[in-house]
Amino acid sequence: MSFSQSLSRSFSRYGPPLLVSLVTLTAWEAIVRIADIPPYQLPAPSLIAATLYQDRATLFDSLLVTLKITFGALAAAVAGGAVLAILFARWTWVERSFLPFAVILQVTPIIAIAPLLLVWLDAGTAVLTCAFLVAFFPILANTSVGLASTNQNLVELFRLHRASAWQELFLLRIPAALPYFMAGLRIGGGLALIGAIAAELAAGAGGQSAGLAFRIVEAGYRLNIPRMFAALTLISLTGLAIYGLLSALSQLLLGRWHESAIDREN
Amino acid sequence: MTQTLVALRGVGKTFKTGTLALTGLDLDVGAGEFLTLLGPSGCGKSTVLRLIAGLEKASGGSITRPIPELISDIGFVFQEPTLMPWARVFDNVDLPLRLKKEKRAKAAPLVEEALALVGLSGFAKAYPRELSGGMRMRVSIARALVLKPALLLLDEPFAALDEITRFRLNDDLIRLKQELGTTIVFVTHSVFESVYLSTRIAIMASRPGRIVKEIAIAPDLPRNEAFRLSPAYGALCAETSAALQAAMAQNLGAEAK
Repeated sequence: MSFSQSLSRSFSRYGPPLLVSLVTLTAWEAIVRIADIPPYQLPAPSLIAATLYQDRATLFDSLLVTLKITFGALAAAVAGGAVLAILFARWTWVERSFLPFAVILQVTPIIAIAPLLLVWLDAGTAVLTCAFLVAFFPILANTSVGLASTNQNLVELFRLHRASAWQELFLLRIPAALPYFMAGLRIGGGLALIGAIAAELAAGAGGQSAGLAFRIVEAGYRLNIPRMFAALTLISLTGLAIYGLLSALSQLLLGRWHESAIDREN
Repeated sequence: MTQTLVALRGVGKTFKTGTLALTGLDLDVGAGEFLTLLGPSGCGKSTVLRLIAGLEKASGGSITRPIPELISDIGFVFQEPTLMPWARVFDNVDLPLRLKKEKRAKAAPLVEEALALVGLSGFAKAYPRELSGGMRMRVSIARALVLKPALLLLDEPFAALDEITRFRLNDDLIRLKQELGTTIVFVTHSVFESVYLSTRIAIMASRPGRIVKEIAIAPDLPRNEAFRLSPAYGALCAETSAALQAAMAQNLGAEAK
């Protein structure tokens, strides 16, 4: 493929969404200016960008706090969800015993558990636990489905060759479950951020451990709407980055063989 | 008289659902033969194959291997290629060796050899999805052959392939059989395929599944395009087809009662 070809290809791919975003932002800016909307109602994109730059010290510290919690929770959810799913697949009595607990944790709105966790734990740990709890279930559920839906003929082939239960698990069930796990991870990644923000709102922790959610609440009290938008922008960008990162990881692991990740000609 | 590898005596199989799949089945698998189980769908021919492989347990009768040392390994080819999509061709063929905890260095030449046997030497690094249906089936056969099994079981392996690919794989199978001397039990519902390949055809009827007739074909007949066009082939196909029709008619009679 020549350079100009690849250029025109990437333009046809990324051009339209970029153009639409640009038009939207310009329209937003124009409406705010023409209608003279005060910044405490709706700040213009330019003002949000300026605030982002001006308050960068505070905002990026908070971003770091939120990122730490999100990724810490996601890592714990991956470890916990995947290991539990493997134990479920290996021994059905484990599944029968523990699945009800996992489901109860899943169906109870996390925001309702947060106050209790705040009584038991310090604010930082409570927020981390909340984010973990929401990210954990989709990873567990998806990995469990993946481990259980292995091609039955392959299972028989393993049995025919007298494979041990561990060989069957590591050489067959885990690779077969990988696409399902990745789907769970993508959902869990987004939920970890939502869990972290929701728990932070409930905790209302300030000072050193103030995340982006606290900045939003704080800005609301001070009627500093541009800063509120700036914090919101950072949260959205974080969400997008997590999604992009996990999609890239999925592409890397499944790209060569799984239907969900194959880059087709058309 | 050749050695008997597997002997089935009065074998019956009833599934958990209560379906009677097989009853009173007697069958010997002799060393070096190409035995085909031919019958309409639902007659339990795949079940017989799975019983021989030990993938299922008989509900009655006995299945014995008179000289167990003769069968150290069994190769099994399913209706679908049944490859691991995440593994390259090499790793798919290597699987039986890997499950035996064979060292990679020792396994590699065996895998190469098995791939060469099915004419896929250059494809060790490919992923299954990059191959055609016929090539995937060849990989599946290479995997079944990699342990050099004394007994190779094939369960309608070419049913989903087009006729051209099917004929080529039929010829490959005959060549492999001649080169390796493997005993083969083959399941099909195609009269022409069964006559072309086999040294013995066991014709089955359904509900309950049982063997109704056996037809022996001289093992020294050449199996090639000339055989496919010869009057002897035509006559054998007619005989087999008539036997199959009779088996299916018996079944209709039983249903009418």
